[in-house]
Amino acid sequence: MTTTSEQLLDIKKIREDFPILHREINGKPLVYFDNAATSQTPKHVIDCIVDYYETKNANIHRGVHTLSQMATDAYEEAREKVRAHFNAKKAHEIIFTSGTTHSINLVANGYASVLQKGDEILVSAMEHHSNIVPWQMLCEKTGAILKVIPMSYHGELEMDTYKQMLNDKTKLVFVNHVSNALGTINPIEDIIHLAHAVGAKVLIDGAQSAPHIKADAQALDVDFYTVSAHKICGPTGVGMLYGKEDLLNMLPPYQGGGEMISEVTFEKTTYAGLPHKFEAGTPNISGGIAFGAALDYMNDVGFENIASYESELLKYATDEISKIEGVEIYGTSPEKKTAVLSFNIKGLHPYDIGTLLDKMGVAVRTGHHCAQPIMEFYKIPGTVRASFSFYNTIEEIDIFISALKKAKTMLL
Amino acid sequence: MSSKLKIQIKVNSIEERQEEIIEEFSMFEDWMQRYEYMIELGKSLPLIDEKFKTDDNIIKGCQSKVWVNAEFKNDNIKFTADSDAIITKGIVAILIRVFSDQKPEDIINAKTDFIDEIGLKEHLSPTRANGLVSMIKQMKMYAIAYNSQQNNKA
Repeated sequence: MTTTSEQLLDIKKIREDFPILHREINGKPLVYFDNAATSQTPKHVIDCIVDYYETKNANIHRGVHTLSQMATDAYEEAREKVRAHFNAKKAHEIIFTSGTTHSINLVANGYASVLQKGDEILVSAMEHHSNIVPWQMLCEKTGAILKVIPMSYHGELEMDTYKQMLNDKTKLVFVNHVSNALGTINPIEDIIHLAHAVGAKVLIDGAQSAPHIKADAQALDVDFYTVSAHKICGPTGVGMLYGKEDLLNMLPPYQGGGEMISEVTFEKTTYAGLPHKFEAGTPNISGGIAFGAALDYMNDVGFENIASYESELLKYATDEISKIEGVEIYGTSPEKKTAVLSFNIKGLHPYDIGTLLDKMGVAVRTGHHCAQPIMEFYKIPGTVRASFSFYNTIEEIDIFISALKKAKTMLL
Repeated sequence: MSSKLKIQIKVNSIEERQEEIIEEFSMFEDWMQRYEYMIELGKSLPLIDEKFKTDDNIIKGCQSKVWVNAEFKNDNIKFTADSDAIITKGIVAILIRVFSDQKPEDIINAKTDFIDEIGLKEHLSPTRANGLVSMIKQMKMYAIAYNSQQNNKA
């Protein structure tokens, strides 16, 4: 363990930014290792939400009064922050949604009027249910065929098979940037490049990558990219869909309502332009603004610092947990994944381990992580998943390891 | 610990059995002892006949599988159960101890406050993925079914 990253990040100071990290659970200091499910919220973001309701609360885009203008400005400033963060060409290529699931459904719904019978859609074998089910529904509607890009036992996509699967019938490819159950960082540059070569469009689910990797939409040349704010220190119920302008223009609106129209008569309605076409109804205004504040916070900390520190945490945790007899880790080597440790202990059920860890103040996720096809692949009921964030510490990993040993002794 | 494990299902009322369990759990000083005991209960739960581990008998919690089987003998319902998670198995063992070999009507009318009193309240939340609430519901459903069967005969 070098001290470089720790010094660079000043973990002690960072932890002071997160009020929840100082509470106790079951009489023990909280050790929060369920960051892949949701990240904790810094004071900066909480204050932003409070400030919105105390000083700016009004409906946006329509009012002529000052408050409405202030709220609109703040909301659109946040969109600009999101644009800058993901390096989209234009701010209206950023659609605010309720989160990744909403973003994916928006695209899947839109493609229902584009796809034809016999068209092929590829998804990876390590997708979250939210990146499987909408495409199955889309295939039912259109007669398109869903095909699965297989993964190896080490939790890496089989790229040779992927290449063979691509053909001129392939219209869409959906892959997560990072697997939620295993942490694998997928080679999305190659995936996108290869798909484009046969004329297919690519949606990358960035829910799990966003807290660790700053994705550059233009450099990646990605067609669609989705993110949930609550995974990157923002509030729940808000997220974004990035889409290339021409593709977003091509897709029909997802929901009808206020905000998304240009003109309405009972004979015909014309739709508003981007991004409003996809933002029907009053949006999560405070959420959008706080999403921007969360990106500010994360960028202040610095994604490179975050990545190198988290990688040290993961490496330490992997080394320590490997010393426990009977531990099997799922997924690839620490260098090829984000700070996710998905494991089982031989003879023990993940639910039992998770329950006892919770009694000792350690929050982990147990179960199938909404990725049942992966569990089926490994023939296991689920895993215990410890996922680390930049505000976690080596000391917390020590507490986790000793709690795990205690749980094992109790259960065996 | 082992002396406590000689669980004999005596022919006494549901309430008496619940009182017994509350008394046993009151001896524990902390959560660790409570959970160690539940784990022991889980391990000592008599094995269910494999033929009863069917999809019909499964109670799907999000995370662990639980099978509960009911048989009707001499006016009483006999429950057997299993789970792939040991703490869940311990919980179902407690339920079996309370509800097995009881009359359908008594099972239907039984209160389940004792779970709160033995410090397992956290497992009672319907959103918790172990299905304790579903287990109780399922046992009561069996009781309702056998009860109406009996009434129809009479």
